Amino acid sequence: MEPNLWFGWFRADIIAKYAELFWRGLQVALAVTLICIVQGTALGLAIGMARLAEARHAPARQLCKYVLRWPSTIFVSFFRGTPLFVQILLMHFAVLPLFINPVDGFFIDGETARSLKQNYGAFLSGVVALTLNAGAYISEIFRAGIQSIDKGQIEASSSLGLSFRRTMFHVILPQAFRRMLPPLGDNAISLLKDSSLISAIGLAELAYAARTVAGAYSRYWEPYLTISLMY
Amino acid sequence: MDEVIRVNQLRKQFGKLAVLQGIDCSIRAQEVVCVIGPSGSGKSTFLRCLNGLETASAGDVLVHGVSVHHPRTNLDLLRSEIGMVFQRFNLFPHKSVLDNITLAPTRVRGLTAVQARDRASALLDKVGLKDKIHAYPNELSGGQQQRVAIARALAMQPRIMLFDEPTSALDPEMVGEVLSVMQALAEEGMTMVIVTHEMGFARQVADRVIFIDEGLIVEEGSPEDLFDRPQQARTRQFLSKVL
Repeated sequence: MEPNLWFGWFRADIIAKYAELFWRGLQVALAVTLICIVQGTALGLAIGMARLAEARHAPARQLCKYVLRWPSTIFVSFFRGTPLFVQILLMHFAVLPLFINPVDGFFIDGETARSLKQNYGAFLSGVVALTLNAGAYISEIFRAGIQSIDKGQIEASSSLGLSFRRTMFHVILPQAFRRMLPPLGDNAISLLKDSSLISAIGLAELAYAARTVAGAYSRYWEPYLTISLMY
Repeated sequence: MDEVIRVNQLRKQFGKLAVLQGIDCSIRAQEVVCVIGPSGSGKSTFLRCLNGLETASAGDVLVHGVSVHHPRTNLDLLRSEIGMVFQRFNLFPHKSVLDNITLAPTRVRGLTAVQARDRASALLDKVGLKDKIHAYPNELSGGQQQRVAIARALAMQPRIMLFDEPTSALDPEMVGEVLSVMQALAEEGMTMVIVTHEMGFARQVADRVIFIDEGLIVEEGSPEDLFDRPQQARTRQFLSKVL
């Protein structure tokens, strides 16, 4: 193919030749992001509620503290306190092999494990790491959203005889959710951008596509500008 | 004597601060009791212990013979029988007046939407706000919000109503409309416990007035006795400042 120059320097032909790769990369990045948003929001809600769990009487009182509040606080501190990049590496090379291993996997072993690791290993550990990370950040959004609602709302609702669960779903969460929408949107955008880190463990998403193209032509502006635009 | 609320040696600590230091009292069916006292004396805390919004540090409250602070008590069930009106109204801002009123009756009592709606519009009629049924709380004045809050509590058909300084957050010209709704309720025979600074109102509607100071009941009696012939020096001192 003839070099097709835009503005005298941009080799558009390279991008055109690898359009398929970029397109697939975009699909993978979007798939990872969507899965992580859905799972991360569910996880975030659960952890956010766990961090706020309180009970009036023993033994539920102690149970809330040691079984819900402490573990969830440790979880959130870990995933917000360490780099996502490190979490992805840890997940891929240390945690996942514990569970899915041809020799002695906890969940899956033998031939299934081998092919699963080969074909979906990076996708799996990437999604798990990103979900846990997103869950930690989103739980803080939920917690802040719920805590920002005036205590009088809970009091009014419970004094009407509404249970804690109904108070949450009919009174607190609908109000909290409106305040949470902007930060949740921010979070979704950073999730898409953070998905590029999964290329480090070999997932063929956008950043990985750019690296492949850059390696093939020793041209860096074209692929990376292209994916920047796509992000 | 058909007693509906019995308070036994109720104590409440907030950290080192002893807000309630052993309150004993009893409230009968259809009685209207006003609780007065200086700010910080524990009036509101006392009221909030009656439906378990605050947990007692010691002692107990029995409502219809059921212990409010026992771990096995179904507080949701108990609270559905006790209406509460707050100083700051606490209407649900994301729901219309109608939905504010029908939420608990449909979810807790199992009323159909039509039944709940009928009940809501009857109650709104009673508090003089029938035309506001589709309004949202932020479109209403303070006095109107508080009347909706009263209708919301009444929609559960409670056997007892608690009022926590219901007029203290209102502009003066709106106090009257709320008090007249409460007075009508008292005349219908509702059992009411009212924490208030409105001495004139207390004198007018109360069957009994309780004066609380520093976490203890200093004096209680009929409005005439308490306002006109206070026995305790502290009561006289307080009344001389507010009357």
